[in-house]
Amino acid sequence: MKIHEYQAKALFAQYGIPIPQGRAASSPPEALEAAQALGPPPYVVKAQIHAGGRGQGGGVKVARTLDEFTSRVSEILGMTLVTHQTGPEGKKVLKVLIEEGVPIAQELYLGIVVDRARACPAIMASRSGGMDIEEVAEKTPHLIHREWIDPAVGFQAFQARNIIYRLGLPAALVKSGIALITQLVKLFEQLDCSLVEINPLVVTRDDRLMALDGKVNFDDNALFRHKEILELMDPSEQDPLELEANKYNLNYIRLNGNIGVMVNGAGLAMATMDLIKLYGGEPANFLDVGGGASAETIANGFRIILSDERVRAVLVNIFGGILRCDVLAEGLIEAARKVVLQVPLIIRLEGTNVDRGRELLNQSGLDFIVSPTMAEAAKKVGQLVQRN
Amino acid sequence: MSILVDKESRVVVQGVTGKEGSFHTKQMLEYGTKVVAGVTPGKAGQQVEGVPVYHTVADAVAEQGANVSIIFVPPAFAPDAIMEAAAAGIGVMACITEGLPTLDMVRVKHYLKGRSAVLIGPNCPGIITPGACKLGIMPGYIFQPGPIGVISRSGTLTYEVVDQISKQGLGQSTCLGIGGDPIIGLNFIDLLTLFAADPQTDGVVLIGEIGGTAEEEAAAFIKEHFPKPVVTFIAGQTAPPGRRMGHAGAIISGKSGTAQEKMAVLKAAGIRVVVDLTKVGEAVKELMG
Repeated sequence: MKIHEYQAKALFAQYGIPIPQGRAASSPPEALEAAQALGPPPYVVKAQIHAGGRGQGGGVKVARTLDEFTSRVSEILGMTLVTHQTGPEGKKVLKVLIEEGVPIAQELYLGIVVDRARACPAIMASRSGGMDIEEVAEKTPHLIHREWIDPAVGFQAFQARNIIYRLGLPAALVKSGIALITQLVKLFEQLDCSLVEINPLVVTRDDRLMALDGKVNFDDNALFRHKEILELMDPSEQDPLELEANKYNLNYIRLNGNIGVMVNGAGLAMATMDLIKLYGGEPANFLDVGGGASAETIANGFRIILSDERVRAVLVNIFGGILRCDVLAEGLIEAARKVVLQVPLIIRLEGTNVDRGRELLNQSGLDFIVSPTMAEAAKKVGQLVQRN
Repeated sequence: MSILVDKESRVVVQGVTGKEGSFHTKQMLEYGTKVVAGVTPGKAGQQVEGVPVYHTVADAVAEQGANVSIIFVPPAFAPDAIMEAAAAGIGVMACITEGLPTLDMVRVKHYLKGRSAVLIGPNCPGIITPGACKLGIMPGYIFQPGPIGVISRSGTLTYEVVDQISKQGLGQSTCLGIGGDPIIGLNFIDLLTLFAADPQTDGVVLIGEIGGTAEEEAAAFIKEHFPKPVVTFIAGQTAPPGRRMGHAGAIISGKSGTAQEKMAVLKAAGIRVVVDLTKVGEAVKELMG
C-alpha cells in the first residue's frame, strides 16, 4: 500500500525525523492559509499523487512571493500530472503540500527495502541525493553504500556510523544523523514497511538534517495488524473497479486493452495476458480470482469485468485445482443471469470436475463459446474483438 | 526416486480442523498420501477423516512419527506454525497459506538457518511425487510418474504445464511450487541441486515470473552446475511495472524484475526459453522425450 508524501512526512515527524514545516491543502484558500501559517516566502508547492517524477512533470514549484504562490497553487491543484510512473493518462492532483523553502547545502539519499535474495531489510545510502536511485545503481553502483539488518540482533550502532561517515556529513551532524537513521529503521520495522525512502535527505545551509521528500510503502500482508495505516489509504488514488474488486478479495488490475480476462491463480493469469497479447489481442485487465474462489467470488469478478465499458470480449481461463470447474460454472451462470451479456464470452475449462462444469454451462442456455485449448481461446478472443 | 517426499513420508497437517485443512486432508488421503496426524491447538483427541488430532506438532511427531508437514494455518499464525514444525524435528514443511507478513518471513528464514528442516512456500501449492505422496493442494489426477521435474513460482500455472507434459506422454518425478512471496524457503537453486542428484529426474521445467532475481540466479547456476536439460517459461511478459500481480513477489520494481530481462539472461546462459505457454509441453518432449 502506498501513501502520499505529506502522510509519510507526518509519520517521519512521529518518529522524530526532521521535516520542513508545512501542511497539505485541497483548495486555494486552504493553501493560502497554510502559506500564511509558515511566515514569509519562499514556499514550495508539491503535488500529492502516488507517483515519482513529480518535479520533472511540473508538479513541484517554488514561489518567491505570495502572488507567485497563488498562481503556482492554481496551476498545480486540479492539473493532470504526467510522470514516467503515472502512464500517459496521468493523475489528477487533488491535494498539494505547502512547505517552507529550505536552503540546501547538500542532497543525500537514504532508503530501506527488503532484500529478497538475502531475506532481510537492507539500508541504502548515497551522496547522490535527489536523483533516481535506480539510475545511480546502474551508472555508479560504487556510490551506494549498503547495510543489511541482521534478523537476530537487529540494526546496530556501528552500521549507522558506517552510513554516516560514508555520507560525509559535517561533524556537527554525526550524532543527529545516527539518530535519524536509527529512527527510520524503527519506523520501517514497526510499521511493516516494504519501502521507506528519503530522497533527498538534505543538509541545510544552517547545518540541519531534514527529510525534504518522503516515500513510505507498506507490506499489504501485514496491514491486518496496522489498522491506523489502513486509514491513510486514499481511495481517489485507486481505480474504482480495483476498489470494488478489493471488497471481494479479488486481485484486479486495470490495463489498457479491451479483452476482459478472468483466471484462477496469479501465474496463470499473467500467462493468459501474455498469450492474448502474443496472439494479437490486448487485455483490459488482470483478474486473479484465487485458488479457492467460491461461486459468489466468480460472479463478482465477472460483474466487475463487464462493468468496464471498454471490454469487447471476455476470456475466462480456469484450471480447476481447489477451485472446481462445476463451482466456476455455477458462478458464471449466476452472474450472467443478472446482466445482459452484450459481448462474446469465451470459456476455457480444465481440471477438477471439468466434465460436470462443461455440462452445467451447456445446460444453462447461456450464450458463450467453449474453447478446448488455451491457444485456441486466445486466438479466438483476439479475432472476435477485431471483428466487433 | 524423487526429491523431498516419497511413499515413506508421514504427513502431519497443521490447521487440520479448518475448512481448507480438513478438505485437503481428505484429498491427500484419497491420493494415497500417508496422513498420520493433524494439529490444532486445543483440539487434541478429535479426528479429521479418521486422522488423530494433537495440540502440538511435537506430540504428532512423538505419537505418530510424522516427518513432513503441510500448513494451512491462517497468515497471522503461520510463521509460528512453521517454526513449531522445524523445532519438532519435521524434515520438510510445505506452507500453503498466503498472506504472511514479509518481516515475519525474515525472522522465520533466520530461524531455519542451520536447522535440518526445509520449507516449501509460503503461498504455494505444495509438492507432489506422483503416485507416491501429495503434500499439497494440486489436482492429483493430472500428474503421472515419470522422469521430469517441475519447479514453479505459481500454482495453477504449474498445473497447466504438468497437464501439457502428461499429455505428451511424459510423467513427472517430483513437482513443486516454491511460492509467490518475496521471501520463501527453498529456491530454484536448492531444488535444482536436489534434482541434479536424483537419478529418476532426466530434465527439469522451471516456471518463473516477474519480480526479484531468482530466475537470473538460476540461469547462472544451471550454466555452471546443472547437467540435465532445462525448459523455462516466464509469466508476466505484459505485466505493467510497479503493480503487484496477484503474488506479493510478482512486481516489477522500476526497471528490474521484468520478464524480458529474465528471458534474455536465461537464453544467454544457453537455456531453452518458451515464449508461448501452450508450447511448453512440446518443448519438453523435444528436449527430454
